[in-house]
Amino acid sequence: MFKVIRDLFRYDGRFRLAAFFLTAVTVMIILSYVSPYDPDKSFVVAMDMPPSPEHIFGTDSRGQDVFWWMTFAMRNSFFMGVITAAVSRVIAILMGLSAGYRGGWLDRFLMSVTDTFVVLPLLPILILLGFLLRDIMNQFLLGFILALFGWPYDARLIRSQVLTLRERAFTRTAVYSGTGPFWITIREHLPFVMPIVLATTINNILWAIGFEVTLSILGLSDLTRPSIGTALYWANQHGALVAGVWWWIAAPTLAAIVLALGLYLLLTSVNDYIDPRTRLRLIGG
Amino acid sequence: MRRFILNYLLPRFVQYLTVIFVGITVTFIIPRLSPTDPVAAQVSMMLARGSALDPQAVQSMRAALTDLYGLSGSPLQQYFAFWGRLLRGDLGPSLGNFPTPVSQMIGQAMPYTLSLLITATLVSWIFGNLFGALSSYYPKNKGLKVVEILGQTVRPIPYYILALVLLVVFAFYIPIFPFSGAYPIGIHPSLSLDFAWIYVQHSFLPAATLVLIGFGGWFIGMKSLTSNIISEDYVVYAETAGLKERKILGNYVMRNGLLPQLTGLAMSLGTVFSGALIMEIVFGFPGIGSLTLVAVYRNDYSMIMGIAIYSIIGVATAMLIMDLIYPLFDPRVRYQ
Amino acid sequence: MALLSVNSLCAYYQTELYGISRTVRAVDGVTFELYPNEIYGLAGESSCGKTTLIKVISGNVKPPLKVISGSVDYQFGSYAVDMLHVPKEDLRRNVRWKEISYVMQGSMSVLNPVRKVIKTFEDIVETHDQITNRREFLEQVTAHINRLGLPTEVLSSYPHQLSGGMKQRVAIALATLFQPSLIIADEPTTALDVVVQRGVLQMIKDIQGASNNTVLLVTHDMAVHANVADRVMIMYAGRIAEEAPTETIFNAPLHPYTQHLIGSLPMIGERSNKAALKGTPPNLANPPSGCRFHPRCPYAMEVCQTTVPDLVLVKQRHRVACHLIKEASA
Repeated sequence: MFKVIRDLFRYDGRFRLAAFFLTAVTVMIILSYVSPYDPDKSFVVAMDMPPSPEHIFGTDSRGQDVFWWMTFAMRNSFFMGVITAAVSRVIAILMGLSAGYRGGWLDRFLMSVTDTFVVLPLLPILILLGFLLRDIMNQFLLGFILALFGWPYDARLIRSQVLTLRERAFTRTAVYSGTGPFWITIREHLPFVMPIVLATTINNILWAIGFEVTLSILGLSDLTRPSIGTALYWANQHGALVAGVWWWIAAPTLAAIVLALGLYLLLTSVNDYIDPRTRLRLIGG
Repeated sequence: MRRFILNYLLPRFVQYLTVIFVGITVTFIIPRLSPTDPVAAQVSMMLARGSALDPQAVQSMRAALTDLYGLSGSPLQQYFAFWGRLLRGDLGPSLGNFPTPVSQMIGQAMPYTLSLLITATLVSWIFGNLFGALSSYYPKNKGLKVVEILGQTVRPIPYYILALVLLVVFAFYIPIFPFSGAYPIGIHPSLSLDFAWIYVQHSFLPAATLVLIGFGGWFIGMKSLTSNIISEDYVVYAETAGLKERKILGNYVMRNGLLPQLTGLAMSLGTVFSGALIMEIVFGFPGIGSLTLVAVYRNDYSMIMGIAIYSIIGVATAMLIMDLIYPLFDPRVRYQ
Repeated sequence: MALLSVNSLCAYYQTELYGISRTVRAVDGVTFELYPNEIYGLAGESSCGKTTLIKVISGNVKPPLKVISGSVDYQFGSYAVDMLHVPKEDLRRNVRWKEISYVMQGSMSVLNPVRKVIKTFEDIVETHDQITNRREFLEQVTAHINRLGLPTEVLSSYPHQLSGGMKQRVAIALATLFQPSLIIADEPTTALDVVVQRGVLQMIKDIQGASNNTVLLVTHDMAVHANVADRVMIMYAGRIAEEAPTETIFNAPLHPYTQHLIGSLPMIGERSNKAALKGTPPNLANPPSGCRFHPRCPYAMEVCQTTVPDLVLVKQRHRVACHLIKEASA
């Protein structure tokens, strides 16, 4: 495993960049635990002060230090994305494996369900949901709801991988030698399925964060907890751009970009490493 | 021909109906599961505005609202009434702009959203695929590498963030483009060239954002597809036979590569639609996205509902159309 | 006057990824000649370098394949072409398909799946010649494929509507459009059933007989060579093991590898057990030293491990690369 990371680091510029960005993200998340300011309070420091050595990202119109507030925002946004990814992984794996292994009508039914979900335009539906649930909305619920909509694409990928694996010779060998189906899945097939799961996880986190930002800006999530989206919401509410408090908008924007790019670069570099066809292509030089 | 209809058209049509059915049923169920009672919320909001009404009036208002929201009768009755109204094209009145019907307001906003959506999608799809294929065919080209890096950098950024950046930079600090709206206040939409120019100015940034984000996706997909196609037998054969590069690129590589991308285009409609809505919100473009924003602020429940329904039907229909067009391009599906 | 002269050709695959470099020495010092009006068979097991050799000869060298040294020279009548240095545009316009054409391995997918067969014909013809009269062109193409036993409907069909054998014949029809001096047929009968195989082989023989050109037939199936080839060359691990007229190869093979190949062919009435060669096919990224066959050769000597045997002429048109032979004539 470490060899993989070392190889990637040495030879893939994207991975290095991703490592840089994600380290910044991790640092911010860790810093949130030692923040000198409580994000839930207002008017802790002087308002609307531009960036200075004391307040690296300045302060906002609610009297919070933007930098330290953003550490919490980074933490919440990221963790919400992780929750979404985790839950939707479970659903995707279950669906994908069942459809792939059972085949027949179960497969067709599940695929029909999957295709339905893929087509549905999510934003209007999520807005509807957010609107109705805004009183009880919080990060966990949002993550959970997003997970309910985020699994179809990945389930499909897992299913096609399973279909390929079923026909492979080593599967038949295992079956003939008497290995139970459960162990075949775990021991023989999972090593093939895991790379897909890994790649789609990162993708999912990205996707979830995107939606969180959008929904929060519309005011449809838990506005009391700091997140990248709610930062922009409050900034908009206080007319930050017009009032000239540009740093309040710049900080979450920057945070979003760093997080998104970091995750994405990680995704592509790992993907290229794993996928044998890409490796073949890169060999040509 | 009959086999084609049975094997290809019918399943897709059934899927289409399923999607619409499921989507709309979900839209029906969700509000009824929520802890918020829209009628009570509406009533309390009206009372909070300070108007003192006698209990009788409140009661009748409550009854009227319940009827309006389609909440009268048993759930099953509601469901059928719901479908009945839907099939008549009645999405109820907008509560923010009472009594203008929701369908009318959506109808007014639709052309803006559609024009934005179609233009941006087509541009990003065509150029993304073109450059992706080229970058795979000419891997050493520096210019294409730069394009690739730009496309890849922009791609993961959430729609809102990119829109915000573009807005701030190009409308605020370097005021090339107007700040919001599709046309300045006081000007009426018309089919004149003047208006068209104003429209283009206003729609450029939202469209550009959509294009930028979409471009990267198509680019990378096509690049990977093309590199697989290049090693396919029929391309190697064409090269061995001495065909000109341009001919190979056009008729052999692109024609085959665009097929899966067509399917991908259909699948991406839902996402692009969501993106377009966000664009409109940021840039104040008077399409469905702005309608949504206003509806959220004004607690216009029936508007949000209507938009959700409309979106589901719209996207599903667009997908069906794409499915119907696909066989025109792929003879393997046409003749089985 | 040789049609094609290949001299000491070395072509390797050089790969580099994530810090790991590897060189596969696919063709390592190959020298031979092709003459007009013959069918020349190229035999050998998988990954012996046949396909790489074909790629270099037909001018299809792409990274990671690289020609390290050697020469490939053609003489088409009075038109000489140095394949390794000819400008791409010349190659494309004058040589490809007009002088050298190609029938690919597994012609199952050589036709563009989204266009009708006639379009492929058009594309190829248009590359080298203007189509001024469309009707005339159609008539000529139809006559051509009818001659090869294909029905006219083939032209207006899509590739997926044709059977494997038909597609192979279309490939041959395409290859013979301009009556090239050299037709390279790479495993033309693999993946076809025996009856169709016979038809295709007959087609090749007829074409060669009618136009008196050269056919380079590459296949691991010795039976095909026995049927069709005039001379046969056996390749092993990127080098030539033996080259001789077909009869000699089958009746009096000199190289131990050839002997094994011929010996492993089943004959009607024979009942003896066939022994497999010991060992495994060589790894061309790290080939054995000296004679590359020595780990599996039943007659290996000390010198075989250290020195590469030269390809020497033992009889008229018969060359062998084996220390045994050198020893004998010494």
